[in-house]
Amino acid sequence: MKNSIKLDKNGYYGEFGGKYIPETLMNELEKIDQAYHHLKTDPKFQEELTDLLRNYANRPSLLYYAKNMTDDLGGAQIYLKREDLNHTGAHKINNVLGQALVAKHLGKTRLIAETGAGQHGVATATVAALLGMSCEVFMGKEDTDRQRLNVYRMELLGAKVHSVTSGSMVLKDAVNATMQEWASRVDDTFYLMGSAVGPYPFPEMVHDFQSVISKETKIQLAAQKHQLPDMVVACVGGGSNAIGSFADFIDDPTVQLVGAEAAGRGIDTKDTAATIELGSTGIFHGMKSIFLQDENGQINPVYSISAGLDYPGVGPEHSALAKANRAQYVGITDDEAVNAFEYIAKQEGIIAAIESCHAVAYVQKIAPKMRKDQIIVCTLSGRGDKDVSSVLKYKGVDLDV
Amino acid sequence: MSNLKSVFKNRKAFIPFVVADDPDFDTTVANVVALANNGADIVEIGIPFSDPVADGPVIQAADLRAFENDVTPTKIFAMVAEIRKQTAIPIVFLTYLNIVFKYGYDAFCQKCQALQIDGLVIPDMPYESRTDLAPFADKYNIDLIPLITPTSGHRIEKIAQAATGFIYVVSSLGITGQRDSFDEKLTDLVTEINKYTTIPTAIGFGIHTPEQAQHMATIADGAIIGSAIVDIVAQYKQDAPTHLAAYAQTMRQALDNATEKV
Repeated sequence: MKNSIKLDKNGYYGEFGGKYIPETLMNELEKIDQAYHHLKTDPKFQEELTDLLRNYANRPSLLYYAKNMTDDLGGAQIYLKREDLNHTGAHKINNVLGQALVAKHLGKTRLIAETGAGQHGVATATVAALLGMSCEVFMGKEDTDRQRLNVYRMELLGAKVHSVTSGSMVLKDAVNATMQEWASRVDDTFYLMGSAVGPYPFPEMVHDFQSVISKETKIQLAAQKHQLPDMVVACVGGGSNAIGSFADFIDDPTVQLVGAEAAGRGIDTKDTAATIELGSTGIFHGMKSIFLQDENGQINPVYSISAGLDYPGVGPEHSALAKANRAQYVGITDDEAVNAFEYIAKQEGIIAAIESCHAVAYVQKIAPKMRKDQIIVCTLSGRGDKDVSSVLKYKGVDLDV
Repeated sequence: MSNLKSVFKNRKAFIPFVVADDPDFDTTVANVVALANNGADIVEIGIPFSDPVADGPVIQAADLRAFENDVTPTKIFAMVAEIRKQTAIPIVFLTYLNIVFKYGYDAFCQKCQALQIDGLVIPDMPYESRTDLAPFADKYNIDLIPLITPTSGHRIEKIAQAATGFIYVVSSLGITGQRDSFDEKLTDLVTEINKYTTIPTAIGFGIHTPEQAQHMATIADGAIIGSAIVDIVAQYKQDAPTHLAAYAQTMRQALDNATEKV
């Protein structure tokens, strides 16, 4: 089943996935695997999680009809799934609450996490504070520089932030550093993986915990319009909000699934992070998936204006969805994303994360080409307050915040 | 199956590690030859990877120096061909799975056999994930050297039973300053491994001094010395071969002392 998209018992989606990490961590991974598969069907665990999602994270998030955008673009009806309205301002909280509860059940007292834009770090620090666990976050130096407010937020929540200076000093290097930290201290520590990447069962856990996005969307849209969407669009870095947005629609063949990747300065330049468009199959960060790499298997330094999409790989389920043509992945440039950042602010009064604006940019392109009776759901994975200064800088204004 | 196992027959094995192309092509060749001629039993050659998640800062820095020289697997195969003109010492490659995957499992193993490479140590390829590569390793008589760590627990049995060549025993979880406290557990770990296999064991990660090597050799069948060697190469650059020769002799003596003690 080369083009299968269903998870098999060995942790593969078709040819992608698996467990490719040092032996030091394998026993721990087995424990997580067992614990998670027990908890997955445990009503008490699910109840505990649902309670936190509802009463702490502010779920369900709104499915908002973007009338102004719809009218302006003149095609398909546009609905925005407002993950930016969650507590901590992004979809990351969904996964963090779930994994932190798993960690708690495993008797862990310390959470470690990588972060790109800082949202996953903030979410992890938040949940660590809530559950009384200690927290350390690893963040590339490039990102601690361009997301200083998020660094302070994490510190405010009691987390220790490590600025990672190895490699290209971005998300990939933060993952390396977190894995090294985990390998050196597994007893009391849980690596709370922020995206749908890494060794099995992390991609499955992230899929499950983020699938709340599409489950709600389906119910909300059915209530408002009595139909399925024609298209679901979400941005893809590692792919956690996208897999959550797609999950409940994967078996609905009429729903087109589109992931917006970061093309950076363009897919014909080296300054890009459009993994699925430009990458090839490889083995890295614990998984077999698609990566941006050279002909010798060295992982490329990547670039995007968005710290959260600045990653040379993608989760294995996305690779499988791409290979099976179940989902399409399109590159959106920095320019297009910045344009969308301003567009959605002015049209809808929503300052959306620069990551999410990659998805919005695709909606701007595709909506006018669709019929008025068609429906697009676009996930706004996070809010954009954190991006104001870097967008201004991109436009040549240096705001010292 | 290669001849690696027989290396351990008569004495405790000294297994030094160098990063290929650090500081350059010719010095790497000379370093391996110097180690081979001064008491090494197996030489481990590291093929640099952009993101060596299992390696500490010393080896990461060496990888970066090698990348400055545009190191590639093809270039490293040429290095080994040069080395083979001067020594028949058993060689194993240490690298990450993506390097082998990208080269092609069949092509990589075939090339290894042609250059008399006896084994591969791949830190991000645990027992469960060796199934794709294993048929090709078998086909060309390359040992896939497994790693066993203090956290392996119940996994030791299956890993040890499937092992060929030798078993790389990881001394610690990599926290500096805790090495001494691992000693007792390390003896237990090797004892446990020996319950399931007659394949020799070599201990690596963090061994620097002759005293430590000697101690490790009383526990296991050999000692793997990585960062300490890479440090010497970093310090002496093109002059490293003479310094490595002297260091290798000291280590050889230490390991032989361990044999006498036992």
